[in-house]
Amino acid sequence: MPEFLDAALSRPNLVAFVVLLLWGLYITITHHNLVKKLIGLYLVQTSVIFFLVTTGAKEGATVPVILDGMGPVTADAYVNPLPQVLTLTAIVVQIATLGVSLGLVSRIYRKFGSLDEDQILAKLE
Amino acid sequence: MTYSFELPLLVLLILTAGGAIIVKDLISAVLLLGSYSFFLALIWAWLGAADVAFVEAVVGAGLATVFFLLTLFRTAPADTRIRRPRPPVVAVFALPLLGLLLLYAANDLPGFGDPASPASIHVSPHYLENSLADTKTPNVVNSVLMDYRALDTLIETVVVFTSGVACWLLLRRDPE
Repeated sequence: MPEFLDAALSRPNLVAFVVLLLWGLYITITHHNLVKKLIGLYLVQTSVIFFLVTTGAKEGATVPVILDGMGPVTADAYVNPLPQVLTLTAIVVQIATLGVSLGLVSRIYRKFGSLDEDQILAKLE
Repeated sequence: MTYSFELPLLVLLILTAGGAIIVKDLISAVLLLGSYSFFLALIWAWLGAADVAFVEAVVGAGLATVFFLLTLFRTAPADTRIRRPRPPVVAVFALPLLGLLLLYAANDLPGFGDPASPASIHVSPHYLENSLADTKTPNVVNSVLMDYRALDTLIETVVVFTSGVACWLLLRRDPE
C-alpha cells in the first residue's frame, strides 16, 4: 500500500471531507436543475467547514469554556478555539449567499417558468 | 488517533449527503440535507466545538431548510422532477485527479487530534490563557468573536445586511 494512502486512511475525517467536496463539485457542474446545483454548493461549503473544525481538535481536550477557580489555564486542556471562531463567520456568510442565490432562482422561475437550465437557455434564444 | 463514535457518524453523513443528491424529488432532497446538517452538528459537538454545533443546528439545519422549502413552494412542484444528466468529460477526469491530490497531501498534515499541530501552537494558546483575565468571559470562542475580532463580526453583519437588501430587491413585486 502506498504511503500516502496509509496516511489518508488513518484520518477518516479527511476521507469524508474529500468525498463530500468532490461529490458536491460534481453535482454543481453536471446537474441541470438549479436547486440541485445549490444543494451541491451547500455540500462543498459545509465539507470545507467540517475540515477546518476538525483541525482544531485535540486529544483529551474539552470544550473551550474556561472553568473558574481552577488556577492557571493550560492550553492543552481545551480545544483550539480559533478554527471554531472563523467557521462561525463562514457559516453565517454561507447562509447569506444561499439566501441571495435562492432569491435569484425564484426570480428566474418567475421570469422563465422553469428551473431547468436547458429550458431557460432555450427561452433566452 | 480516531474517536470511536466517529466512523458510524461519518458513514451516516456521507449516506445522507448522497441521498440528498440522488433523490429525484427536490423536497425530499432538501429534508435529507437538513438531516445531514444535524449529523454534522453532532460530530462537531463531540469534537468539542459546541458553539459551531449550535450554529449549524440552528442556521444550517433550520434556516437553510426553510429557505430551500420556501423557494420550492414558490416555484411549481411539477418542475421538481429531474432527468439524469450526461456528465461532461472534464468533470469525470479532473475531479478524481483533484481527490487524489488532496489525499496525497494527507502525508504532510499533522495527526488528527495532535495537541502540537501548527494550528494549535501559534496564537491560540495566548487566547486560551489570557481571555478570562482580559475579557471576564469564560467562553473563549465568544470572547474571540466579540472582543478580539469584533471588527470582523461587524463586517459580517454588513454582509448579512447586504444579502437581505439583495433578497428584497430580487423578490419584490414588479411595479407595473
